[in-house]
Amino acid sequence: MNILLYLIPIALTLGLVGLLAFLWTLKNNQYDDLDGAAERILIEKEVDKKKGN
Amino acid sequence: MEQSQVSNNKTNFNKVDINNFFSPFVKLDQKKNNSIVFKVQNIHCASCINLIEKSLYKLSNVIFARVNMSTEKLEVKWTGEKKLADKFAKILSDLGYPVTLYDHDNLDKNTEDKKKILIRSIAVSGFAAGNLMLISVGLWSSSVETMGFATRELFQWISSLIVMPAIIYSGRPFFYSAFKVLKNKKTNMDVPISLAVILTSLISLFETINSGEHIYFDSAIMLLFFLLIGRYLDVLAKGKAKKSANELLSTLGGTATVIKNEKHVIVPIKDLKAGDVISISVGEKIPADGIILSGSTEIDLSLISGETLPKKAIKNDNVFAGTLNVSAPIQIEVSKATENNLLTSIVKIMEKAELSKSKYTRIADKAAKLYTPIVHSAGFLTFIGWWIFIDLAWQPSLLIAVTVLIITCPCALGLAVPVVQVLAINLLMKKGIYIKSGDALEKLSKVKYVIFDKTGTLTEGKPNLIGSYSEKDIQIAASLAHYSKHPLSKAICERFNGKLLILDNVKEIIGGGIEGYFKGKLLKLGKKNWSCPLQKDEDNFFSEIWLNVDNNRQVCFSFKDQLRKDAKNVVNEIKKLGIIPIILSGDRKMIVKRIAQHLGIKDFHSEFSIEMKSEFIRTLRLKLNNEKILMIGDGLNDAPSLALSDVSIAPSTAMDITQNTADIVFQGDKLFPIISCIKISRKSVSLIKQNFLMAVIYNIFAIPMAVVGLVTPLIAAIAMSSSSLFVIGNSFRLNLKTRNFEL
Repeated sequence: MNILLYLIPIALTLGLVGLLAFLWTLKNNQYDDLDGAAERILIEKEVDKKKGN
Repeated sequence: MEQSQVSNNKTNFNKVDINNFFSPFVKLDQKKNNSIVFKVQNIHCASCINLIEKSLYKLSNVIFARVNMSTEKLEVKWTGEKKLADKFAKILSDLGYPVTLYDHDNLDKNTEDKKKILIRSIAVSGFAAGNLMLISVGLWSSSVETMGFATRELFQWISSLIVMPAIIYSGRPFFYSAFKVLKNKKTNMDVPISLAVILTSLISLFETINSGEHIYFDSAIMLLFFLLIGRYLDVLAKGKAKKSANELLSTLGGTATVIKNEKHVIVPIKDLKAGDVISISVGEKIPADGIILSGSTEIDLSLISGETLPKKAIKNDNVFAGTLNVSAPIQIEVSKATENNLLTSIVKIMEKAELSKSKYTRIADKAAKLYTPIVHSAGFLTFIGWWIFIDLAWQPSLLIAVTVLIITCPCALGLAVPVVQVLAINLLMKKGIYIKSGDALEKLSKVKYVIFDKTGTLTEGKPNLIGSYSEKDIQIAASLAHYSKHPLSKAICERFNGKLLILDNVKEIIGGGIEGYFKGKLLKLGKKNWSCPLQKDEDNFFSEIWLNVDNNRQVCFSFKDQLRKDAKNVVNEIKKLGIIPIILSGDRKMIVKRIAQHLGIKDFHSEFSIEMKSEFIRTLRLKLNNEKILMIGDGLNDAPSLALSDVSIAPSTAMDITQNTADIVFQGDKLFPIISCIKISRKSVSLIKQNFLMAVIYNIFAIPMAVVGLVTPLIAAIAMSSSSLFVIGNSFRLNLKTRNFEL
């Protein structure tokens, strides 16, 4: 049963990482423009560079 | 290519040629940069985004430009002159992306925040529920003897560590709502739900500390997770209606040209006052309600009435804000300041109506009203009984009392309504009917009156070519017509499906029609006084356009708005269901009367304005007790009535705002979905009632057992899940039941 001492924390940490990642994307407004995001991958880099500042 | 050039003519009029149209609306952000948000039309793909952003970044002052494709918004930030805003607008409309001002102050931040809180709560409770499942399987499938005391203790503590914070975090939407109604000395379904969740988790925590066995963390967090999803879908539907109303108002953002002492002055639309004289060019949106002082034109009223054909307007006629000036420049005198104009008042009426709508008590809330006092006093009496009369110590007495509360199946009660609703909504969705709020189904089942709008609802809302013409004439007409977006032209194209002639020099003449050359011969299609000025004036009952072939043959095409094909059947079916149909229309009496007689509707009202429609619904409602009013309509002028009536249905051809106001939207050219909705709603409500009955019967057995202290954790777990399963199973009978009638 000692294996539980590793497995449970690992399982929970993995879940928690997923949860935090989701909350982070939410906070960064990554779901505000779902249609745009799908199209933007087709745009070449040029514009993106300038957007960085 | 040529076609799109010609047909785009209409939108190109929106091009802004006034010099400081947008600059009064530029704001400063935190870093003192200028910023403005535009609403941009015609964004279709990645290259549109790229083109827009790139062409703005080319200007050295621009430091930020980002298109949001879902909301069609463009945010621009730049340094230097404010005037650049107009330059941006010009660049974009030259590229083919006309822009209007997006007044984001109007938009409701509240629902956005609410949505975010709910999403976060769903995420957290979903995480907790998922992980708890791993542990609960172990806990329920073995006992102290097989897994050992220490392991069980460990599992229980981990469960409580996962669930307690999750419940505190994600239960808040329910806790707040329950607290609010309790403060007003009322109750709703959130009260027993909150109480059950809080008590279940507290008693489980208490048991964990004391190494007991009554641990129900899994039930609590699962219940919360499912209910949160339902709550989120609810908020989503409600927020949409409000958003489109605000967006409609923001189309009126911008400026107008006011004539003062024979000088043209640019004034922001919101500062217009009654008595101002405005000049409106062709293709410009009319910025305020007013009376025409000079000029005669045609006005596209489609925004207000859903009427597809532009209407003639001459001196002294009333015009309304938001409509489009189509054919000639005019001057108007403003009759109402912007905050009182028709468009604004429509939105206001709708907001008021939404408020009164939220007073509706749902079946679930009614059940909660009965359930809460009975169950809670039962719990309280159990505690008093064991503690005072049987002299048990207070801790075990409390434990028994809490078991009573937990076992009275708030799960089954909580599921009774949503499961049926989800199934019904899903079933109707497959038929192309979208139901936006669960309440709509409940209310629909009690409908006593159905009110129909005429144009676009009972009729198809678009002109159809009537009469017979020679194949050659239709071919010529269609070849010209396919260059135009005018509804009458579309009707001609629909009728003709052969090969089109290839024409040269096609031109659309504003306020006239279309002309073009075929082998050197001039062809004209359009209004009588433009294409065939020599024809005698006859007052025709139908809409018409004339074709002139090389000045020697002239043909008149007539059009009529036809009834939907199954309108008569649907009206008969509605009567069979014991519901009374009524027509409310803004159209002339003659036309409405003929349609009403044809459909066999005795109660019809014609020449009704927006206010009269709303007033009619209000007085009708006073006569009714518990029965409901269903309104079916498609124009913006129906939107207030849709909002005011108890339930509303709109066809998917209706305007955005009307669709978003309506509770139900159906697709296709048939009216039959209305019957499907009513029938399914009646079935689902009877199933919901059965579900509650089952919960009551279950409680009659479970409560006494819990009161006398016979309930062990195993019995509680079985009883709770089986009651939920029964409710879900019963709800699925909706699918079987509805097979019996054709949809």
